[in-house]
Amino acid sequence: MLHAFIVYVENKPGVLSRVVSLFRRRGYNIDSLTVGRTEKPDVSRMTIVMDADEDQARRIVANVYKLVNVLLVDVITKAGPPAIARDLALIKVGVTHEARSHVLELANVFRARVVDVAPSSVTIEITGVEDKVDGLLEVLRPFGLLEVVRTGQIVMRRGDKVSTAVATAPELDASANGSSEVAASEQDPEEDLAGSV
Amino acid sequence: MTDQHHHSHKPHSKPKLTGARILWECLEREGVKHIFGYPGGAILPAYDALKHSSIHHILVRHEQGATHMADGFARATGGVGVAIATSGPGATNMVTGIATAMMDSSPIVCITGQVGSKVLGSDAFQETDITGVTLPITKHNYLVTHAEEVAHAVREAFYIAKSGRPGPVLIDITKDAQQTTCEFDWEAAAPRLRGYRPDLSPAKDEYRQALKLIHEAKRPVILAGHGILVSGAGAEVQAFAERTSIPIALTLLGLGALPASHFLNLGMMGMHGEAWVNNTIQEADLLIALGMRFDDRVTGSLKTYAPKAKKIHVDIDPAEINKNVKVDVGLVGDLRKILQTLLPLVELGDHTEWIQHIHRLKGDVAVRDIQNLPDSGHLYAAHVINDLWHETRDRDTVVVTDVGQHQMWEAQYYKHETPRSLITSGGLGTMGFALPAGIGAKVARPEADVWVVAGDGGFQMTMAELATMVQEKLKVNIAIINNGYLGMVRQWQEFFYERNYEATPLLSPDFAKLGEAYGIRSMAVRHRSEVIPAVRAAHAHPGPVLIDFQVEQEDSVYPMVAAGAALHEMIRRPNPLEETAADE
Repeated sequence: MLHAFIVYVENKPGVLSRVVSLFRRRGYNIDSLTVGRTEKPDVSRMTIVMDADEDQARRIVANVYKLVNVLLVDVITKAGPPAIARDLALIKVGVTHEARSHVLELANVFRARVVDVAPSSVTIEITGVEDKVDGLLEVLRPFGLLEVVRTGQIVMRRGDKVSTAVATAPELDASANGSSEVAASEQDPEEDLAGSV
Repeated sequence: MTDQHHHSHKPHSKPKLTGARILWECLEREGVKHIFGYPGGAILPAYDALKHSSIHHILVRHEQGATHMADGFARATGGVGVAIATSGPGATNMVTGIATAMMDSSPIVCITGQVGSKVLGSDAFQETDITGVTLPITKHNYLVTHAEEVAHAVREAFYIAKSGRPGPVLIDITKDAQQTTCEFDWEAAAPRLRGYRPDLSPAKDEYRQALKLIHEAKRPVILAGHGILVSGAGAEVQAFAERTSIPIALTLLGLGALPASHFLNLGMMGMHGEAWVNNTIQEADLLIALGMRFDDRVTGSLKTYAPKAKKIHVDIDPAEINKNVKVDVGLVGDLRKILQTLLPLVELGDHTEWIQHIHRLKGDVAVRDIQNLPDSGHLYAAHVINDLWHETRDRDTVVVTDVGQHQMWEAQYYKHETPRSLITSGGLGTMGFALPAGIGAKVARPEADVWVVAGDGGFQMTMAELATMVQEKLKVNIAIINNGYLGMVRQWQEFFYERNYEATPLLSPDFAKLGEAYGIRSMAVRHRSEVIPAVRAAHAHPGPVLIDFQVEQEDSVYPMVAAGAALHEMIRRPNPLEETAADE
């Protein structure tokens, strides 16, 4: 099953390479990976999507947690509570004069935006769940895909609640910068374990 | 300068020091008294500042030696060992020692010089991206490019190295970060590790599940590993085993965690473990794994491993739970604390029948106990180890072994009674480990006798450190188990490659003459009757001693579980009495 690992890391040089190195070393094959800033300037958020069984997923979380710069890991799957997943793609399609209107129509049906029109190509931007992007690519393929780039997925839980683990995590609160020994011992042991095994 | 000073003038202004001086100042405050190292261009500012420090620097002959010494130092005491080297080749020479420490969870801090921050990334002279190189073999590492970051990096490095599951931490410090000055504020440099959680503990329900399995078990066995030493949980494990009446099998790195003579201690498990220990595991209905990680050298084939047993796994590293062996209950946390929680809750157990059954599994002692055979003119390594054990058992002794046949014979025939009396490279299996690690152990515990036990192959990998030992006037005793082969590889060739002894016959120098060249009292031993006198002579001599034990060339380590075979499918020693009779 596809798992999205939401990894909150300290925004420091070299952290991306630590996380990626771990996945490489343990032989986990990443489907997609995105990194970006968050609402907190000193925290970056990585979304790593990969195929894993439940047991593997647990071990991945435990291993990622061993990286000193990792603050929090949340796992989102289709089987779990609802979440919003988005993938963005830019698609440059080769078009003849006659084909252009067909391509624009298809983009319209998929609620994609045309972001550039050139004499023999059209560039389309589409945002959506992976399947939707795959669907558009499929129907555009016969016209000739000149260039395609995808961001990989970003994922967020639905509803008012952010992931409970995230909301209560002292690690994410920049003011909680005491020694980790203190931070961890204040936590409920059950919660500690839930996050790590 | 004056201007700057004026601006920073506050009521409690801190002293300004170079990054190099801050480094030594912090190491001293971390309790460091010895450092193993080798100087070079990019670390010269740090070496220059050593004159202000009380730390004793031990000059090694190769940076690999420095890391093994730091490792041996750490394993002998449980403290943090420290090594220092320059950039480029100095740093890359440390890689093997760092990987060794990583695999065996040994707390070391390695400091490397780095080219100036202005030329980082330009392939400058002796520039290597050592933080990149060591990424997968360190618990964490730092690239320090400003003097202001030195104190913080050192404090975090020590905290990370020794907390949780210990491991190596590397600090790479650019030359300019060593040379420039800044305010030194120890307090402000306290670790700020927001995401690091070394002290997890199990949930109540997990304790309940574990207790239920322990109380229901009829044929339980404790698998005791290195975590007992790291956690200092020997007394708790013993109390737990005695209360529940559960026998104990040890991993290689667990040897010494419980006295070998304890009535519940069965001995070592695994590839060269005792046959009855492995058979016990295969017949058990409950495994209680304490601070061990189900290494492939311990389990044999996973498909057939302990098929009837439920499993409880206690480890401080959550990533170890369910990694190799699926377990029924995983308790993540410090072993000592977990056992302290379990002890008052666990019921008195009685497994007399099971223990009697295990004793029956021991079988034919004559086949096994080669060390007790009458002297037939053949010097077996087992004789040497057995006699060494007899002569050293009543003294405070640390045995440091290398990797290969002698290491397994030591594990089989030397009966370790106390924690940290055996230091060996388990996980990585690093040949060349013993001599430098033994030097580190002697520095850490000068009052103890240190016996380096190495094969003729591994010894030659790092024997340059003999000079380090002599220069530091360290009384280390060296026993070379010399069989003229890379013995363990030869054994595999004998068993699995039709005796094709490719690249395993080994020419060695006259080790006794070599020792003498270094000013070391040296001797060669070829007969069993000479073993004990040689060991006694070593004890009597105030300086270092080297003994070249020239043993049977084609002896093998028995029993053996072939790689990938089931744990109970063991290759047993052919009857040695018949074997010697045929020779004569």
